[in-house]
Amino acid sequence: MKIIVAIKQVPQRDAVIRIDAAGKWIEESDIEWALNESDAYALEEALLLKENSGDPASEVIVLSAGPERVGVTLREALAKGADRAIHILADDLASRDALGVARLLAAAITSEKPDLVLTGLQSEDLGLGQTGVILAELLDLPHASLILQVELLVAAAPHTRIKVKRELEEGWFQEITLPLPALLTIQSGGNKLRYATLMGIKRAKLKECRVLSAADLAAPSGSVVTLASVSLPQRQKSTQILTGSPADAAATLVEKLRTEARVL
Amino acid sequence: MSSILVVQQAGRNRISFEAMAAGRVLAQMTGLAFETAAVGDPNATVFIETSGPQPAAAHAIQHPLLEQYTSDGYVLAFEQFIRKLAPAYVIFPHTYQVRDFVPRLATRFHQVLISDVTSIEPGPAFTRQLFQGKMNGSYRHHGEGPCFVSVQAGAFPAAPPQAGTTPIHPFIPEIAATDIRTSPGEPFRASSQNVDLASAQLIVGVGRGIKDAANIPLVQQLADALGAELAASRPICDAGWLPMERQVGSSGQTVAPKLYLAVGISGAIQHLVGIKASQCIVAINKDPHAPIIEIADYAIIGDLFEVVPALTQAVKAAKQ
Repeated sequence: MKIIVAIKQVPQRDAVIRIDAAGKWIEESDIEWALNESDAYALEEALLLKENSGDPASEVIVLSAGPERVGVTLREALAKGADRAIHILADDLASRDALGVARLLAAAITSEKPDLVLTGLQSEDLGLGQTGVILAELLDLPHASLILQVELLVAAAPHTRIKVKRELEEGWFQEITLPLPALLTIQSGGNKLRYATLMGIKRAKLKECRVLSAADLAAPSGSVVTLASVSLPQRQKSTQILTGSPADAAATLVEKLRTEARVL
Repeated sequence: MSSILVVQQAGRNRISFEAMAAGRVLAQMTGLAFETAAVGDPNATVFIETSGPQPAAAHAIQHPLLEQYTSDGYVLAFEQFIRKLAPAYVIFPHTYQVRDFVPRLATRFHQVLISDVTSIEPGPAFTRQLFQGKMNGSYRHHGEGPCFVSVQAGAFPAAPPQAGTTPIHPFIPEIAATDIRTSPGEPFRASSQNVDLASAQLIVGVGRGIKDAANIPLVQQLADALGAELAASRPICDAGWLPMERQVGSSGQTVAPKLYLAVGISGAIQHLVGIKASQCIVAINKDPHAPIIEIADYAIIGDLFEVVPALTQAVKAAKQ
């Protein structure tokens, strides 16, 4: 079973984000980067499926588009157990909309002929939540989104059908059966994430990381939707910030909740 | 005729009405007429009631193969309908269903959905949140072809519902059973919900800031002192530090307490939609720029490991 996991490198959760001088994007120079959270769950699901496939020829390939720094995140995925990596080297991703980025990924995926393509549900930076679903359309694959669990319905290779658990709103779920090949977007929390072992980190250095240039992929560029500017959100409410020592602030808060907000 | 099409989702009336409100904002800005469509029977509730002024036309997209939602079926049906209607804009409520099929639908038109929009400014420019709500981005659509937009829950206040009087036109798409590649099962709930957060009056919500499962008792003690229920943001339940039934947000429960006290919760939109109806929101957070601070009534900026024990003491002292 061949599984491709499309992953994204995003600013670390605690990163202090500043708008750049032009007001068009963020200042990227001093940011620490990390693997997007739901993509980490997509990778975990792929590694579990490989282990459960009963097929020694099973393979997990991680794929990412972006500048040189993205190589670090791909190497971390290899250390966790992915077999090889494909890096679409592109410095101009910001000039592509979601369709433009998906076209790059699709061009790299097509020649691999995978049985399953996984992506995280949504990125923590742009939060468009679309790349996976667009990819499914470009690759002409059936898809399911917001997936928590994947089950192989055929005990041994070749695996032709899967059953997935999809999250719906407000605590509801649904099971969906799909033929392979298919694409799934993975929701966070379905599995426990593994850490890279020391051995895994050593082995990752020897694994293949193929670099493709965006120009080689002949994916049309240009955007129908553009991000014109970024700004800080306006305050919606007048928030009272309570200052002082923890004990003073706590006492003031209790007093205000009793007498001002009248909720205690 | 070029128009604004608002697609409503049967069974999701409230957010559908908010999409109608967004459609009217855009109609006023552009001078275009607005129409509405939904999958389902013309007698379905989504058309019996409408919100605000009556749309210029209403369309019921009907087919036996659309009775159960599938991405393949919906993409095909809406592709045919939108090609026929040729609207300038198509507006959806940003539901899980819309997230599942509209990016695929837009791709058929070589378009990109502008998802989860919170406001529409002249241009038109569409504002949506970036970096989990830490920033806003202003998006524009270029060129020909319908502009696909989905609107965030709560962003566009819906007018009160009234009887719908617009005549309903049926639209029957061509779909074959073989077009639908997936087999969906009936929706189910994982387990009986033992914790009813929806009716709780006081809730202490805990997020990533708590750092470790071993620190949960710290917030439990605060909840106990207040007589409050303990709730959590998604990462806490994903990590297994609290059971899933205590999760608040778009994938968990929606709450409306008198007091929601958010401890170490940054306030990603998925969490905020679950707590917006709270009468009073308090945030304890080390980051003065966390989105939760924006919507809080009161905030203490500081280390929760110092502030929470102090607050527990202050609550106990006040009750004596």
